[in-house]
Amino acid sequence: MSTPPPRQGTRPVAIVACAQSKSERRIEQANEVELLMPVVTEVYANAGMTKDDVDFICSGSTDYLIGGPFSFVTALDAVGVWPPKAESHVEMDGAWALYEAWVTLQEEGKDVALVYGFGKSSLGDLSRILALQLDPYTMAPMWPDQVSLAALQAQAMIDQGLATEEDFARIASRARHNALSNPNAQVANEKTMEELMKDDYAVAPLRRHTLPPLSDGAAAIILVAGDRAYDVVDRPAWITGIDHRVDAHAFGARNLAESRSTTKAAENAGVSAGPVDIAELHAPFAHQEILLRRAMGLNESTVINPSGGPLAANPLMAGGLIRFIEAANRIMDGSANRAVAHATSGPVLQQNLVAVLEGAS
Amino acid sequence: MADPTEIYTSPHVLEYPYARSTGPIIGAFLTALRDGKIVGVKGSKGRVIVPPTEYDPDTAEETSGIVDVGPGGVIETWAWVDTPRFDAPLDTPFAWALIRLDGADTAMLHVVAAPTSDVVVTGTRVTAEFRPAAERVGSMHDLRCFVLEGK
Repeated sequence: MSTPPPRQGTRPVAIVACAQSKSERRIEQANEVELLMPVVTEVYANAGMTKDDVDFICSGSTDYLIGGPFSFVTALDAVGVWPPKAESHVEMDGAWALYEAWVTLQEEGKDVALVYGFGKSSLGDLSRILALQLDPYTMAPMWPDQVSLAALQAQAMIDQGLATEEDFARIASRARHNALSNPNAQVANEKTMEELMKDDYAVAPLRRHTLPPLSDGAAAIILVAGDRAYDVVDRPAWITGIDHRVDAHAFGARNLAESRSTTKAAENAGVSAGPVDIAELHAPFAHQEILLRRAMGLNESTVINPSGGPLAANPLMAGGLIRFIEAANRIMDGSANRAVAHATSGPVLQQNLVAVLEGAS
Repeated sequence: MADPTEIYTSPHVLEYPYARSTGPIIGAFLTALRDGKIVGVKGSKGRVIVPPTEYDPDTAEETSGIVDVGPGGVIETWAWVDTPRFDAPLDTPFAWALIRLDGADTAMLHVVAAPTSDVVVTGTRVTAEFRPAAERVGSMHDLRCFVLEGK
């Protein structure tokens, strides 16, 4: 086996096992710990490991959903807290927990990491919660909701001649069609662009079908550094490039129809250094797929969101990590050689994390 | 021995004992709103940023120099809301919009009141409508909305 050399860091790190819950609109019968526990058990089983094999644990979630401080600590009951393990948490999507774990595994002597992300979007008024990430003086007091802000971005794309409402509907149609073969998807159906164009507007120019579902769900990944990865799986998904960039928080100061942070992150991750077989893009709103695709320079030969993407299932704080899972699964099963995983955070694609995953030749 | 029926009581005040300052730049912006004006700040290469920030969003350089902008401006992009949420600034159908005020080089998020969605398009000129002076407190809500210019 010839492990592809990493562009960043000194130690190659691979995704070797994944697990995710089925996303649902409202999971009432399980709290966060109960939602996570079977996912964590499954990811260990998939890796043939136990907690004793793990050197580092990192999670991503937000206390704002539950409305209680340090609620992520409670979630540790899902992984077990004894004997103690080095552990960390990010108040971000699990994809950023993966990034922290990747950094940690650059250190000799730390070889295996467990990463997980979870969120129950059903617990509160998501529009209200997401408004709190905006500027606290000039935006949040007006409580703009995430759909309206996405609509501002979609209209900017239309005005700049980059897309049409029909393009948005085509993406939604394809995403929900792809989701029919994804057992973890929440919204899967067969509808043509013409049928979708009869939908009402949620907030013009965004019709209902261009919006992601509100999802409850959880996801977990095991990362291994170095050749130990081949002990776990024949074809690990090597993270050969990974980078995170941030656009201005004041989104009135940037062109909403482009994403400079995505372009920069994709350059640094080495997206264009080879053909991209598939890309799992964290584009919660249909128009954002077009925007991200342009920003990364992905051409028509790349299959976008074969899982259905966030338009099929979008648990807050796990939706980005699921993109890594869907991309890695296609490397591990041999159906792709080179894949892109992308995660976003913040209002209208403010933050973007881009990774390239590759199989060994 | 103390009387077992005696209950110890102690005063407890739940409070947030911090004075929070909005600082010299955002503070100037909010104070101007209270006075019925809109101001921005000069960033790198003299670019005027509205709402003002203490740093240039592109270069991270410190900003300085408060300047008057508006009250007129141009809609850069918009989103039409037919059914306002309970917490929306207006309770009748309206548009969220990014508005580039006259004299500004960036756009500000606010709402546009309009009778129907078809009159709100990118490039439309709008002007600020403030609440009466007695109701203004130094907040984004001092600006009730933007309205189509000349209407």
